[in-house]
Amino acid sequence: MSLTLYLPLDAAALALGADEVAAALQAEARARGLDLVLKRTGTRGMVWLEPLLEIEEDGVRMGFGPLGPADVPALFDGAFEDHPKALGPVEQIPFFARQTRLAFARCGIVEPLDLDAYRAHGGMKGLERAMTMTPEEIVAEITASGLRGRGGAGFPTGIKWQTVLEAEGARKAVVCNADEGDSGTFADRMLIEGDPFCLIEGMAICARAVGADRGYVYMRSEYPQAIAMLDASLRVAREAGILGDHFDIEDRVGAGSYVCGEETALLNSMEGKRGIVRPKPPLPAHKGFMGRPTVVNNLITLASVPAILSEGAEHYRSFGLGRSLGTVPLQIAGNVRYGGLFEAAFGMTIGELVEGVCGGTASGRPVKAVQIGGPLGAYFPRSLFDTPLGYEECDAAGGLIGHAGLVVFDDTVEMGAMARFAMEFCAVESCGTCTPCRIGAVRGMETIDRILAGDPAAPAILADLCETMRAGSLCALGGFTPYPVESALRHFPEDFGGAREAAE
Amino acid sequence: MTTDIIARCRVIAAAHAHLDGPLLPVLHAVQESFGHVPVVAYPALAEELGLSAAEIHGVVSFYPDFRTEPGGRRVLRVCRAEACQAMGAAALGEDLKARLGVEWHGTTEDGAVTLEPAYCLGLCACAPAALVDDRPVGRVTADRLERLAREGSA
Repeated sequence: MSLTLYLPLDAAALALGADEVAAALQAEARARGLDLVLKRTGTRGMVWLEPLLEIEEDGVRMGFGPLGPADVPALFDGAFEDHPKALGPVEQIPFFARQTRLAFARCGIVEPLDLDAYRAHGGMKGLERAMTMTPEEIVAEITASGLRGRGGAGFPTGIKWQTVLEAEGARKAVVCNADEGDSGTFADRMLIEGDPFCLIEGMAICARAVGADRGYVYMRSEYPQAIAMLDASLRVAREAGILGDHFDIEDRVGAGSYVCGEETALLNSMEGKRGIVRPKPPLPAHKGFMGRPTVVNNLITLASVPAILSEGAEHYRSFGLGRSLGTVPLQIAGNVRYGGLFEAAFGMTIGELVEGVCGGTASGRPVKAVQIGGPLGAYFPRSLFDTPLGYEECDAAGGLIGHAGLVVFDDTVEMGAMARFAMEFCAVESCGTCTPCRIGAVRGMETIDRILAGDPAAPAILADLCETMRAGSLCALGGFTPYPVESALRHFPEDFGGAREAAE
Repeated sequence: MTTDIIARCRVIAAAHAHLDGPLLPVLHAVQESFGHVPVVAYPALAEELGLSAAEIHGVVSFYPDFRTEPGGRRVLRVCRAEACQAMGAAALGEDLKARLGVEWHGTTEDGAVTLEPAYCLGLCACAPAALVDDRPVGRVTADRLERLAREGSA
């Protein structure tokens, strides 16, 4: 008798023991003389349920999780649905059922390197359509979709592609920024580990649109599983002729520097230099990698492209809110009960997501703050939980959506320490090129220490310092560090001891 | 020994010289081979890649991943970023430093473990998280991490 089971190989699933479950499944099947086919997929993104085992019954995937090796024998004993970890149909779990999965449509369903399964689930339709279009038509389609940069800046993707299409250059390049350094974000990692062909297809479409002959994926050394998966998927794509002399993709691996997620520092790093920020202009679209006109897009931006081409711009822009169109993979992490990746149309409020979908904190204590957009993003208090998740909406509330990571904190967090950490992080990661960031971050730590010690003169100095960093830094590292610092001070003055009296 | 290191570094550099911007791939490969980037090899690397030894030094010293001295037999990368802090990473880090008797970037006296801070491993929904060499671990405790780090490296 043959039995097919699905179990994720995503790093988060591995971190929670998926390989141990896999070994237990193999051993149990052997002991019972069963022919087990264990398909290792990406993750559905419901990390609190990992390791999440699935079995297909009458075309419906039934889930079991979170599973430990000790839960395995019982799986083979009676009816599956009687198992204590049985979850029923995976796609009916509310966290999953409420999503709109476009970029992550296949993630957690197919084996990541199975190109036939990729095609069977709608893959390559976008590229096939793009091959029938002129570059101008592809760019127009992307522009019409309203797609904006998912790295955080929110720049219209169509305009960036148009600039590179029009730029003069014997050779052009497409660079995928997968340097996902923001705490609370893991969408890039999850997509590469779960559906790498989606990225390859998106990059191939981009290359056709702008006339590029080379693509590069800038990866993080902190993601060893993703690097291995990307490399394997590139080999499969080459064998299938999707990549080749006309357009090929290389991976490049960073070396632990956060600032290399900034596009010009990233280009320097790819060229083998120190990862320091370049002044703009020239824009990378005019002079990017090795001086060539270069599209630098976030991984999720590129992974959104295949669905736009296959379903059409109108379909994509039918989701969203205001000028934030399409879907966004929201990543909810930290002290959260149901943490993971939730792809949805822009516009859900912070409160609906954190408390409605994700069930509040893991500790069961009240949510005190949510940091949105990584270490350079603002802390949102409960009083701002009616803010819709969109570019302009987060901006209007004094923050930024960034790469759409939300980190949840319960009421034990000390916001003074978090503000200090924001400055410490900036000091550690500063590339050193500009003074406001290099020196300002160190002075910022010292000044927050003074505030916490009750120095009444310090808050005004910190405000002045933040203004200098915001206005005078060369890139977002120094420029945005004031977001977490000032939002913490503004919304949680009681956590800064003497600061409150001084301000009054 | 030194001659051998230099010769092997030359081979690695030559194998990547066709790339546009080969230095980071070369340094990763060198560190993979030796566990660190030997300073004695800078002139040879520079020569193979058409750079100066100063440029090699500049790049090696910029990136936190590259080390110029051997690390421990196991490298423990423990996340210090916000999502992990929300789940107790600060206390975890202090506990680990005390157990191992090292500061961040330090190697235990027996050479078994190097403790490195990481700023996000993308395991934020199962925080606090760490990498033991390349193995991801989520919802970790100091006890479990120390055990994993010392397993087979004592």
